[in-house]
Amino acid sequence: MNTTSKTFRSNIITLGLVLAFYAVMEAMLKGGMLSSLMKGLLVPLCYYMILAVSLNLVVGISGELSLGHAGFMCVGAFVSAVFARTLGANLPGMVELIVAVIIGAVFAAIFGFLIGIPVLRLRGDYLAIVTLAFGEIIKNVINAVYLGVDSNGLHVSLKDVKSLGLEDGGEVIIKGAQGIGSLPRNSTFTFGIILLLITLFIVINLINSRHGRAIMSIRDNRIAAESVGLSVSKYKLTAFVISAALAGVAGVLYSHNLANLQATSKNFGYNQSIMILVFVVLGGIGNIRGSMIAAVVLTILPEKLRFLSDYRMLIYAIVLIVMMIINSAPKVVEWRKVMAEKYFKKDKKNADGGEV
Amino acid sequence: MADTNEKVLLDVEGISISFGGLKAVNNFSIKIKKNELYGLIGPNGAGKTTVFNLLTGVYKPDTGRIILDGDALTGKKTIEINRSGIARTFQNIRLFSNLSVIDNVKVGLHQHHEYSLFEGVTHLGRYRRVEKEMTDKAHELLKVFELDESAEFKASQLPYGKQRKLEIARALATDPKLLLLDEPAAGMNPQETQELMDTIRFVRDKFDMTVLLIEHDMKLVSGICDRLTVLNFGQMLAEGETKTVLNNPDVIKAYLGD
Repeated sequence: MNTTSKTFRSNIITLGLVLAFYAVMEAMLKGGMLSSLMKGLLVPLCYYMILAVSLNLVVGISGELSLGHAGFMCVGAFVSAVFARTLGANLPGMVELIVAVIIGAVFAAIFGFLIGIPVLRLRGDYLAIVTLAFGEIIKNVINAVYLGVDSNGLHVSLKDVKSLGLEDGGEVIIKGAQGIGSLPRNSTFTFGIILLLITLFIVINLINSRHGRAIMSIRDNRIAAESVGLSVSKYKLTAFVISAALAGVAGVLYSHNLANLQATSKNFGYNQSIMILVFVVLGGIGNIRGSMIAAVVLTILPEKLRFLSDYRMLIYAIVLIVMMIINSAPKVVEWRKVMAEKYFKKDKKNADGGEV
Repeated sequence: MADTNEKVLLDVEGISISFGGLKAVNNFSIKIKKNELYGLIGPNGAGKTTVFNLLTGVYKPDTGRIILDGDALTGKKTIEINRSGIARTFQNIRLFSNLSVIDNVKVGLHQHHEYSLFEGVTHLGRYRRVEKEMTDKAHELLKVFELDESAEFKASQLPYGKQRKLEIARALATDPKLLLLDEPAAGMNPQETQELMDTIRFVRDKFDMTVLLIEHDMKLVSGICDRLTVLNFGQMLAEGETKTVLNNPDVIKAYLGD
């Protein structure tokens, strides 16, 4: 029962950390101790953590390198933004938000499914490159789309506003590269934290279920997994689709935090995908809590380093390297274990249970 | 043991496969009766593991047919063949090395203990009951192989001999009719080999199992196998009762040279 209680304790710590983070931030917010810059970062912190946790499902748990995560975020963001401007426009803020999350997750899941079927036949580097391409394709296609609505329903064009052929009183929703304007901006920090908790609930539960075990066993040894009757493609796709859906949720949070949504290479490009991957790698591949901490540190750090002006990215890079060493260098990991035992040795048995 | 009236469990007739110009296995046939301990021996490179790979669907045979307990398995995929009742271990151990020992067995139990993905993600519905069933069943299996103590260790932390046992436990968890063991005693010392022989016999009796094993350790082969087939260069050299086969001059020649 050793590991079972250990993973249980670890999960409690993870959830506790999120709640503590929320409490501290809320208290500081109420006490007026947060700069406007930090206030602006609260919701982004939530969606970056969701992105990190959901990508960890593919990279850490399923063991496949995906570089298109921002693409699924993009799907969630745009689908939910269109919803906010059309069907959701007259709904009360909270209801609109909840429905938008569901719609964003479903659409991102559909995209994850459609892309996953061909892509998951590939392995390793090939998979990484193709997911990267798909991520870019999603972003670029959305950049070219014009979408309008009038009494006849939705009109889509890939050329310009005119070719939509809207009747009088029709409204243009997506204006190509100019994106979608006048969005509700109704996402809040509290709502973001709730979505993060739901994400954690789903991912942690999945890991501790028969489906999660199947996914991890395929990661560890594909041939052996087949020899005990597991369908490799089914479980890889399961992980991929759930991960895409959660990225879609992050996208909804993103789009509902803005007045104007555009697909640029900064927010949905491969730089973003790689940034999310950095959270995962830095936090420890397969380590849910670590990837969240990395997401927080790496989101706040560049902002806090602004006073360094020209040296900002230099220091940022050094911090990245130091974090990597602390997390992965064998000697440091060993030292951390010794220290942990020294200060938290409750029962010696746990320590003898060995490294997980 | 070798009662001729007993039911044939595995009936393989004339399977062959070539890689490029090389006939790796040529016209291989075997009949294994229920509850039998059957040995497949031969010098290195004789095609023994290839036979296992053909039986488990890793390769598709060019010719011939494979029938298990009345079901035609020829040309089916690995996962279908496992579900039809053939489980195996590997020559180079293939465990789920980052999962705990008990989780390795639970993955083996996967097919027979179901709940939906929704129940898995929410831990509602059948989750608790089925997980408990799986845990109990897995502990039961681990006890047989004296792995119960290490149930929560990572599989890769186990010593070599125990890893081999865990592979057998995982294979048995899929509830097979036929168990294929690929060099189960490889890398074991004489005492471990002796223990393994006892375990294999015990498994046969307790689980009413039929076992086909590849082995180089002649002590193990002559100690537990009821019958043998000898392969050499992809060809069947001899088959029959263990004693008779091991005294066959052709077999001795293949093993020791002229």
